[in-house]
Amino acid sequence: MEYFNIFVKGIFIENMIFAYFLGMCSYLAVSKTVTTANGLGLAVIFVLGVTVPINYLLENYVLKEGALSWLGEEYATMDLSFLSFIMFIAVIASTVQIVEMAVEKFAPALYGALGIFLPLIAVNCSILGGALFMQERQYVNIGEASVFGLGSGVGWWLAIVAIAAIREKIKYSHVPGPLRGLGITFIICGLMGVAFMSFMGIEL
Amino acid sequence: MSESLFSKKNMKLIKDPLNDDNPITVQVLGICSALAITVKVETAFVMAISVLFVLIGANVIVSLLRKVIPSRIRIIVQLVIVASLVILVDQVLKAFVYDVSKQLSVFVGLIITNCIIMGRLEAFALGNKPGASFLDAVGNAFGYGMILIVVAFFRELFGSGTLTLPVVGKIEILTSLANNTGYEHNGLMILPPMALITVGIYIWIQRSRNRKLIEENH
Repeated sequence: MEYFNIFVKGIFIENMIFAYFLGMCSYLAVSKTVTTANGLGLAVIFVLGVTVPINYLLENYVLKEGALSWLGEEYATMDLSFLSFIMFIAVIASTVQIVEMAVEKFAPALYGALGIFLPLIAVNCSILGGALFMQERQYVNIGEASVFGLGSGVGWWLAIVAIAAIREKIKYSHVPGPLRGLGITFIICGLMGVAFMSFMGIEL
Repeated sequence: MSESLFSKKNMKLIKDPLNDDNPITVQVLGICSALAITVKVETAFVMAISVLFVLIGANVIVSLLRKVIPSRIRIIVQLVIVASLVILVDQVLKAFVYDVSKQLSVFVGLIITNCIIMGRLEAFALGNKPGASFLDAVGNAFGYGMILIVVAFFRELFGSGTLTLPVVGKIEILTSLANNTGYEHNGLMILPPMALITVGIYIWIQRSRNRKLIEENH
C-alpha cells in the first residue's frame, strides 16, 4: 500500500511539472505534436526509473554521513554529501549514454522512436530533480525509491502528452497576436496546474 | 585587443538579453527554477545572484578551454565544470544564508541542469573569446534575474502583502490594509500555477510592446 501511495503521489499530487516545474524547458520545446511528446515522455519514465534507484544506492552506500561504514571502522564518520551534485549528474549522464547504446543494440525500433530524445534527457531538470528529491525525502528502501522514480516519470509523461494534445487543437483557434505560441502555452499550463491542485491532500 | 570593452557590439551582448533576446521569455531557457522560487523577492534575488556567478564562471572557463575540449565529450566536460561551481555556491549559501538555502532546497542543485547555463555554453562560449563570453553571461544572467524579481514582486505583494528584500528585511505593505478594510490577500498567487500565469502575462505585455517578437505559426 505504501508503494502505491508513493506512486500515485508522484503522478498527481507532486507532479514534476505542475507542482515543481521540473523539466519545463523540454516540456515547452517538444510539446508541439502528440507523437514526439509521447516519445520524450516514455524516455523520461525510463531514465527516471533507472537513475533514481542507482542514485539511491550511491547516496546510501557512498555519500551519506556514515554510509561508508561497510568499508571499515575508520570510514564510519566520513560525510561526502557535498559531492552529491557532481556524483548524481555523472551517474545520470553516463546512464543515459549506456541506455542509449543498449537500446540501439537490442531494440532498434525503440531506438528509432526515442533516439533523438535520449541525449537531451541528460540535461532535463526532472531527472536530476528526481535524484535530489529522493535525497531530501529519505525513502526507507530501494523499492520506495524506484516506485517514486517511476511515478514521477509517469506524471511527467501525462503532463507533456496532455499539453501537446491541447496545443494541437489550439492551432485552429484565434489567439491574440502577442499571446500566440509561448504566452498561451504558459497560461494553459498554469490552468492545468490549478486543476491538478485539486488532487492535493489525497492520502491512500 | 582591437576593440574596446564597451564597443557597440559588446554593449549589444549585454542589452539584448534584457528584452529582445531574453533567456526566459524569448529563448525559453531556464524556466524550471524561474517559476519555482518566485514566492518571495529575497529567494528570487539570491537565486539570481547564484545563477549570475555560475554562468559567468562557466562561460569564461569553457571559453578559455574551447580549443582543448574534444567536441564528442563536451557535454560531460561542461557538466563537470558547472557542477563544481554549483557545489561552491551551495556550500557558500549553506554557510552564510542558511534559511534562504533551505527555502531554495533542491533548486540550487538544479542550477547544474538549468538550460540557461548549458544553452549559453553551447551557443556562445564554445565559439567566442573569454571577454565576449563574460559579457554574454552578465547580460543573460541579468535578463534572467530581472524576470525572476518582477514575477516574485507581484506574487509576494498580492499573495502575502509583504516584500521580503535582501538586507532590508520584510516590509509590510498591504497587511495593514488587510486588517483595517477587510481586504483579503489572494492566496492563489502563492501557489505554483500562478507563477506560470504571471510569466504568461509578462510575455503578453512584452510582445504587445515589442511586436517583432510575435510568433507567426504556433
